[in-house]
Amino acid sequence: MSTKIAYGIFDDDDVVLHAIPKLQEKKFKVVDVISPFPIHGLDHALGLKRTRISMTAFMYGITGTSLALLMMWYMNIWDWPMDIGGKPSFALYKNLPAFIPVTFESTVLCAAHGMVITFYLRSKLLPGVEPVIIDARATDDRFVMAIEVKTDADKDAAHAAMKALGAMYVK
Amino acid sequence: MALLWWIISVSYTLGTGLGVWGLNKTVGWAWDITNFVWWVGIGHAGTLISAILLLFRQKWRLSINRSAEAMTIFAVICAASFIVSHMGRPWVAYWPLPLPNQFGSLWVNFNSPLVWDVFAISTYFSVSLVFWYTGLIPDFAVVRDRAKSKSAKFWYTILSFGWTGTAKNWQRFEEVSLVLAGLSTPLVLSVHSVVSMDFATSLVPGWHTTIFPPYFVAGAIFSGFAMVQTLLIITRKVLNLENYITIYHIDMMNRIILITGSIVGVAYITEFFIAWYSGVEYEQYAFINRATGPYWWAYWSMMTCNVITPQLFWSAKLRTSLFATFFISIFVNIGMWFERFVIIVTSLHRDYVPSSWTMYSPTWVEVGIFIGSLGLFFVPFLLFTRFFPVIAMSELKTIVKTSSSQAKKKGAHHHEH
Repeated sequence: MSTKIAYGIFDDDDVVLHAIPKLQEKKFKVVDVISPFPIHGLDHALGLKRTRISMTAFMYGITGTSLALLMMWYMNIWDWPMDIGGKPSFALYKNLPAFIPVTFESTVLCAAHGMVITFYLRSKLLPGVEPVIIDARATDDRFVMAIEVKTDADKDAAHAAMKALGAMYVK
Repeated sequence: MALLWWIISVSYTLGTGLGVWGLNKTVGWAWDITNFVWWVGIGHAGTLISAILLLFRQKWRLSINRSAEAMTIFAVICAASFIVSHMGRPWVAYWPLPLPNQFGSLWVNFNSPLVWDVFAISTYFSVSLVFWYTGLIPDFAVVRDRAKSKSAKFWYTILSFGWTGTAKNWQRFEEVSLVLAGLSTPLVLSVHSVVSMDFATSLVPGWHTTIFPPYFVAGAIFSGFAMVQTLLIITRKVLNLENYITIYHIDMMNRIILITGSIVGVAYITEFFIAWYSGVEYEQYAFINRATGPYWWAYWSMMTCNVITPQLFWSAKLRTSLFATFFISIFVNIGMWFERFVIIVTSLHRDYVPSSWTMYSPTWVEVGIFIGSLGLFFVPFLLFTRFFPVIAMSELKTIVKTSSSQAKKKGAHHHEH
């Protein structure tokens, strides 16, 4: 059986936030809220897990650190050590102070770009993606609540419940 | 016009060679690196506003961060253009990159601050760009959903990457903004520190000082905020944004100009003191020569514009005056340009060997590239104000409601009396 979505359009973020627990009490499955700005406490109300995106940034960053050190070790220590101004490049740990800037920049570069690319892909944000627009003013000043339902009867019940809790109109 | 002069000057330089500039054997860096450092410094204010003030939860940054970030990006492009043109042979611009090459196993030297700079500037530019663009996505979606013409709808649909504003996306968006701010903060400090090490790790008197990294970072923020002021005073007037970019914002930025200007002033005095205290006669001469030598006028322009003029901001009346702010910001921009000119040219033109002492003056080509880079900066900035959301709308909405309900409460309270 395919699932359907009942939408309710609200005009106030506080009304939405207070409606969610009341709908959940009545066993409605609130799956999403589309809003023009981030609503604080919304992820908690919807039961969303904490995002792991900052963990990915950390891992990309560690990768950047290692790649930079490996590159500099290979190029300046292993493959072609040079003695410039009586300061030879014979061991990584001796050259480390001079290698810090590039290591740092590479860490930031990989962490930032890796995280942003992951964010775009995970959130399906790419040029050419056609947005699913329920209400054109949901990016301006309206809030769209989405409730997952199984039958048409459930859908009508969800619509009625949202209207009772302050929805401007339902869809 | 300026952009056209830039194109002519740069083409002439690249076609003929660096001989068309006023450089000589003694003064090998002059306007090119002055302009590079000046532009990079200007860029720093954008990152400071969007990253450091976000971490400090300074809400007043919200109405100015978007245009300041745009300024960062265009300023860094201008800075990079000077690096490429001062190479004289930009077709070998890939040489500082660590690539396998036709010269056998010859790699770039990672002990060199010039190589550090390649990494610092490219990281700074690309990270600022994604930070700015990621912040723009929800606002592009607003413009997309409000657009009436078909072509606008088409372009803003592409630019907004299909953003709708679901709960999970907002959650990730906020986390990404926070982490990017956390990464950009040390990044922006590192960039100007690395730029200063291009000088500080050399043995040239007047350059070889440990004070350079913090002093350059303070100077960068100082000049960057001055440029933000210059641009925003015009932008808010032209786009009628007086209700978003208020006198309060101007005042806050002027305070930062006052603080960083004072730091820069202390740094100048410290440099002089340390030169005397070091007992190194070459250092001492370099500084005496700066203040009283043939380039005394550049030194004293710098001192007047950077140390004296910002002190006028102790007066609340001047801090909140648009007219005064505009003029002082122009003075600071001029002063910070002279600072780099003084550091570079006065340190170089009289080196250890008096027989090679010489003077430097720019040719029309160098003037053209500098004036032209202003065109290179303002053209994309004006296009940005024309087509992109200048105010970070989505972020601003998060505080509009709380402040308006506070205002309502205040109003209700008022009625009771």
